[in-house]
Amino acid sequence: MESASETVATRTSPARPRRRFNPDRLIAIAMIIPSIVAIAVFVYGFIGWTGFISLTKWADLLPDYRWNGLENYRRLFMDDERFQQSLLNNALFTVFFIGACLGLGLLLAVVLDRKLRAEGLFRTIFLFPMAVSFIVTGVVWRWILNPGTANQAQGVNLLFDQMGLGFLKWDWFLDNQWGILAVVLAAVWQMAGYTMAMFLAGLRAIPDDLREAARVDGATEGQVLWHITLPLLKPIVVSTVIILGHISLKIFDLTSAMKVGGAAKPGDVPGFYMYETTFRGNYFARGAAIAIIMLVFVATLIIPYLISTFRAEAEA
Amino acid sequence: MSTIKWKTPVSYLFLTLMALFFLMPIYLLLVTSMKSVAEVSRGDIWGLPDRINFDSWRVALVGSRAAGVTALWPNFLNSIYLAVPATIISAMLGSMNGYVLAKWKFRGANVLFPLIMFGMFIPYQSVLVPLVQLLQKMQFGPLKLYGTIPGLILVHVVYGIPITTLIFRNYYAAIPDEMVEAAKIDGAGFFRIYSSILFPLSVPGFVVVMIWQFTSVWNEFLFALVLNGNPKVQPITVALNNLAGSFQVDWSVQMAGALMAAIPTLLVYILLGRFFMRGLLAGSLKG
Repeated sequence: MESASETVATRTSPARPRRRFNPDRLIAIAMIIPSIVAIAVFVYGFIGWTGFISLTKWADLLPDYRWNGLENYRRLFMDDERFQQSLLNNALFTVFFIGACLGLGLLLAVVLDRKLRAEGLFRTIFLFPMAVSFIVTGVVWRWILNPGTANQAQGVNLLFDQMGLGFLKWDWFLDNQWGILAVVLAAVWQMAGYTMAMFLAGLRAIPDDLREAARVDGATEGQVLWHITLPLLKPIVVSTVIILGHISLKIFDLTSAMKVGGAAKPGDVPGFYMYETTFRGNYFARGAAIAIIMLVFVATLIIPYLISTFRAEAEA
Repeated sequence: MSTIKWKTPVSYLFLTLMALFFLMPIYLLLVTSMKSVAEVSRGDIWGLPDRINFDSWRVALVGSRAAGVTALWPNFLNSIYLAVPATIISAMLGSMNGYVLAKWKFRGANVLFPLIMFGMFIPYQSVLVPLVQLLQKMQFGPLKLYGTIPGLILVHVVYGIPITTLIFRNYYAAIPDEMVEAAKIDGAGFFRIYSSILFPLSVPGFVVVMIWQFTSVWNEFLFALVLNGNPKVQPITVALNNLAGSFQVDWSVQMAGALMAAIPTLLVYILLGRFFMRGLLAGSLKG
């Protein structure tokens, strides 16, 4: 933890005025060129090509590059109810996922920051789900939340029955309206520890005397948190929201493993719809259009963040 | 100060309850995988197994025609053949890129770097179709890239460039420029400076990057699903997803399979958790 800042900080060496010819400089550029070319092709070239495909009529196994203009996009937004529902599902997922991760992560971090014994152990426990795949998470949570039947409850529902809390029983991810919340629960289990780690690193960077001074002035713990700690954590909150947001806008693995994707299913999201449309249905052009729409959402979130990060770094 | 008296027990109570919540799926994984099929179908999923039974582990590992389960062990090996080379190549590439960007700043690097970084955030759906098309066309003698482990390694190495470059660049930026300048004055060239100054100091950086890459590649699903559809070359995430998708497969076998898929990265986390944390925080650009 204490060493986290050294990797996180993005310090640069001051620009050197000397621009003499230097063979080593040439070697340096030659060494990085393969990576630049790879990114240029595999990221930017491919995005461009996907964008082009999204404007064609390709709807079969064999490519068909006849021009179709924006028809694929028009159809998705105007006629395709499944696509619109998938956007809505993803929006719902994003809001609840980010909200719960921030809330739980902050709570865990604030409590852990009280320098309790066994802090390291708790931190380890809260963070380990980050190490496993969303597929594992999905498989396990599908088992935990498996509602069972009316006569034979299973999973958490069974636990509710045994504890006399039967009224809490719910269809979880099988609920057509709110089933996405069951997916959120699994996702929060996986990612709340990450939020906690971010907040804890942020809290540890706040000088103690700042909060101490407020306490001496008679501020309650709640006031200290609200008026001093949280405002200082704002940059961390922003970073965390962006990282969680881009994960959530791309969510695919977890809904696949929980088997909640598909038409009229509660966990149908654009990432899954794109996969089915393209690789199951062979509607390549429409799939490409969905992919480009996903990219636009993610880019809207990420580009301002990248710009502000690197601008701040250039000024530093 | 009197408030401290009740706050500490409450804190511990809260943390303990949360710890139970976070550990519960692991408990369930373990006990379910060790129950007999009959016991699981009887219903009580929360209790300890009547008798510890490794049948489901065996079925998940080597498969069983009777239970309609194909073995996961070959897929586990696929994941190793995939993740180990991809991790090593990614780390070497990232180290070189980070060295160039941190110590050989050239004109345009400030524009280039964010452009590279953008690559780690894109939804991979937006590159999948061209990727399939290109890999289908690329063939070097007997080495095919579409639907093969080497092809998937290439994909992970390329899309791993942003994060590995970022971590190494930030790591090397913390090494004083004066050391590099002094070596230059002594006549050391590009590779000499790297091998005698930067590389020996890079061990923690390599550990962070390799943990990050190993975990990401091991856990990755979308590329593997689309590019390696043939069960023979599927990594374990895809095989597990197929196993779990089948209605006939017993829960205990699914849980044993999930455990198999989780164990390598969990081990890495338990043994090298401190470095895992650093990678995590570095992956979010700024703290």
